Amino acid sequence: MTTKHIWVGGVAMPVLIGMLLLFAVSPSVKANDQPSVENAAVKIDNFVFGPQTLTVPVGATVTWTNADDIPHTSVSTEGVFKSKVLDTDEKFSYTFTKAGTYPYYCTIHPKMTGTVVVQ
Amino acid sequence: MADNNHDLIDEKLQNLNNDGVDRRGFLKCMAWAGTGLVWTMSGGIPVSRAFAKGYGKDAIKGADFSFVQISDSHIGFSKPANPDVTATLQTAINKINAIPQAPDFIIHTGDLSQLSKPSEFDTLDQVLKGASAKQIFFVPGEHDMLTDNGDQYLQRYGKGTKGTGWSSFDHKGVHFVGLVNVANLKAGGMGSLGHEQLEWLEKDLKGRSTSTPIVLFAHIPLWTIYPDWGWGTDDSEQALSYVKRFGSVTVLNGHIHQIMQKVEGKVSFHTAMSTAFPQPAPGTAPSAGPMKVPADQLQRVLGITDVNYRVSGRSLAVVDSPLADSGASASGNAEPSLDVVDSVHG
Repeated sequence: MTTKHIWVGGVAMPVLIGMLLLFAVSPSVKANDQPSVENAAVKIDNFVFGPQTLTVPVGATVTWTNADDIPHTSVSTEGVFKSKVLDTDEKFSYTFTKAGTYPYYCTIHPKMTGTVVVQ
Repeated sequence: MADNNHDLIDEKLQNLNNDGVDRRGFLKCMAWAGTGLVWTMSGGIPVSRAFAKGYGKDAIKGADFSFVQISDSHIGFSKPANPDVTATLQTAINKINAIPQAPDFIIHTGDLSQLSKPSEFDTLDQVLKGASAKQIFFVPGEHDMLTDNGDQYLQRYGKGTKGTGWSSFDHKGVHFVGLVNVANLKAGGMGSLGHEQLEWLEKDLKGRSTSTPIVLFAHIPLWTIYPDWGWGTDDSEQALSYVKRFGSVTVLNGHIHQIMQKVEGKVSFHTAMSTAFPQPAPGTAPSAGPMKVPADQLQRVLGITDVNYRVSGRSLAVVDSPLADSGASASGNAEPSLDVVDSVHG
């Protein structure tokens, strides 16, 4: 994950170049790396999306889980994704295929907001 | 003690007329301010059971008619502190049926269901069928419009209403308006009435005599109680500007599962208890989730609201009663009961 962040942030160009070379030479490395990339979670607890801002790479699947006794939803403010009503312990997943900033909220309790940043 | 209580009634009524803040009200207000709530309290303080009961009887005796508000039944909810919300709704209906002067009708201020499921609405209908008052008016809560844009709700409870379920009617000289502030909510916001409904409201009230008592009812409070928890309505101020010219305005809300009230000029705001489960006082818990209370105390924090109207003086008296009388202690609360009496003078 640490390596990924450096690469994603473009902090160290040599690392980026090195990794690209590595991917080009050995696709298996990329394949092995993917599971950790694609799993990200948002817990809905006490009427709060946690973490409030989640940063994931392109292709990541984010899963929201409602830990409250009250139903919530997770709905993109720009109409990108829309969960059904999540009762206690119910989950919703969405896979982000494009880079961008995705604000979302609970349509039942609109004070509850969060953001997924896809890089 | 009884005399003291009567003194308190007088003091309170006087305060309502002068729009003053009495000492107990001020202390209560300060207590909430300490937890982050900014709240102007001019009247309507929690008072003792003896006070509430005595006043309630008097109010009923001289009343021209009465109606009952119930709220937040959440049929389908089955978690602590109430695994059987159908039973507590039944208890509320039994309590309504036992009122000596039968109420003319019932108003349900929303969250009939937990998840907008047809089976939950069916159960609600079954219980409400047992009410002696045959006419029931509804406004939706956010839990009633979770799916299908509220179509299910509107088909069952919104016949003859406009938009997402708003409507008005007259009863024995009082004008009632049911508003919907749970539809099309915007990210980061609170409750919302929306442009179309506000326009309708303005027209609905236009041309009515200022001496007509007005009752507005909606699910989410039409005054800002606690923005952090979304306990308010973003565009309520505009709605309230339309009723300012009237001599007596009563605003009845639910949503927060506890009694809160304030009087601002001629407008009296009031929120009702739930028939299902209590919620914490603003800012006293990490979130507005259901408050867990011991089983033997549950029925003391659930209840109904009885509103009595007198033509002479055009006054409305609001009396809240818990589903069950308190037993021994009141769990660390200095007040012996949760009964509240509010009164508005037109």
